[in-house]
Amino acid sequence: MSHPDFLWRNPDPEPAYDVVIAGGGGHGLATAYYLARNHGITNVAVLEKGWLAGGNMARNTTIIRSNYLWDESAALYEHSLELWEGLSEELDYDLRFSQRGVLNLAHSLSDVREGRRRVNANRLNGVDAEWLDAEEVKKFCPVINVSDRARHPVMGATLQRRGGIAKHDHVAWALARKADAYGIDLIQGCEVTGFEITKNRVTAVQTSRGRIAAGKVALAAAGHTSVLAERAGVRLPLQSHPLQALVSELLEPVLDCVVMSNAVHVYVSQAHKGELVMGAGIDAYTSYGQRGGVHVIEAQMAAALELFPIFSRVRVLRTWAGIVDVSPDASPVIGPTPVEGLYVNAGWGTGGFKATPGSGWVYAHTLAHDRPHPLAEPFGLERFTTGALIDEHGAAAVAH
Amino acid sequence: MLLIECPHCGPRDETEFHYGGQAGVAYPAGEVSDEEWAAYVFLRDNPKGWFRERWFHVHGCRTWFAVERHTVTHEIRTS
Repeated sequence: MSHPDFLWRNPDPEPAYDVVIAGGGGHGLATAYYLARNHGITNVAVLEKGWLAGGNMARNTTIIRSNYLWDESAALYEHSLELWEGLSEELDYDLRFSQRGVLNLAHSLSDVREGRRRVNANRLNGVDAEWLDAEEVKKFCPVINVSDRARHPVMGATLQRRGGIAKHDHVAWALARKADAYGIDLIQGCEVTGFEITKNRVTAVQTSRGRIAAGKVALAAAGHTSVLAERAGVRLPLQSHPLQALVSELLEPVLDCVVMSNAVHVYVSQAHKGELVMGAGIDAYTSYGQRGGVHVIEAQMAAALELFPIFSRVRVLRTWAGIVDVSPDASPVIGPTPVEGLYVNAGWGTGGFKATPGSGWVYAHTLAHDRPHPLAEPFGLERFTTGALIDEHGAAAVAH
Repeated sequence: MLLIECPHCGPRDETEFHYGGQAGVAYPAGEVSDEEWAAYVFLRDNPKGWFRERWFHVHGCRTWFAVERHTVTHEIRTS
């Protein structure tokens, strides 16, 4: 028995690169890929302290949508969704991208108003969106309990038909394979432990595998971004929290869309293999422990069973947590930092997976041109001083 | 679930509490610049390790208090 072909090399670090990306998750890999594809920059290393895509890329619930409220977010996430729509073909890898439709349920009059407002805002921004009343929800997703006697009655829902799910591992592997083929070094087991900064310009990173000189350094470490930034003397408006999720045992096909409920903090889809994938709200406290409280899972399951009584005897197979970097306005932070040559792309919080290609696209552009991509411009650090926040707590759909 | 030591009620389940974030963030005195105000409103420490933070015993005696908690092990020591 021989091992099948590896999808990427496993190189040792070179002494210097034009761009060093700290973090080998989805966003780091997408950034590396688009640096090569769009900008011809291939003297790049992606440094990953563990193994590729073993952090939040392996822990998310794979939901993809672009139905955000504000113009800035709709443009960014819609750009990402458009990239998803061609990504399997482009990467020559079946990402199992399935546009099965995403429902965001409304359980109260204010949810209804918020949902209808969002549908209208989405349409004005060219994002597909529909409003369904309770009966239409039932028709679209027959296993939802729409009884008005339910603890969380379904009073309607927004529907984005182009939303859906993808297979997260395939996404990571496909991006890694392409980045590697461009000659980019994907270096695993290599933790960034410090930065060399001369006259307020970053010149190198110190790592667990030695010093690596860098023209530019791009942080893409999700929940650990503020730990890295602190080593460069930069404070970021991020708090790291556990976000839990779970899967059930494998079931026959029973749920053919994605159902999210903002108010009760649960989101559900059925993976291609057959397990129900459910996500919760974040645990209240900050943590890097990659685990959370059972009571959060319990509350999430209770809400899920109100919505889906049919799942009452389904067994949980496993639960886990990732560490998500939550920003004050539930929008990402993308752009330069006060240290020259040091860039940040973080704060995606609970919703980073859907943004993988779009995030990589705008971050690569920002690195290549030394100024933010037009879609990333509103997401700079300075918005916390100017007050031009992009408040997406409603559309983020997960309790913060 | 965390077991949190309320200074008034003793050790209680986390579900009785509301999280209050970093402790000891003082309201800025006097005239402040936009940057200083932004830092006060939005910037908090986010350490991997010991963290001094506030909890509110919302379903108990309604006392605000501070503890030190380790953000990897979740161990709590009163301070």
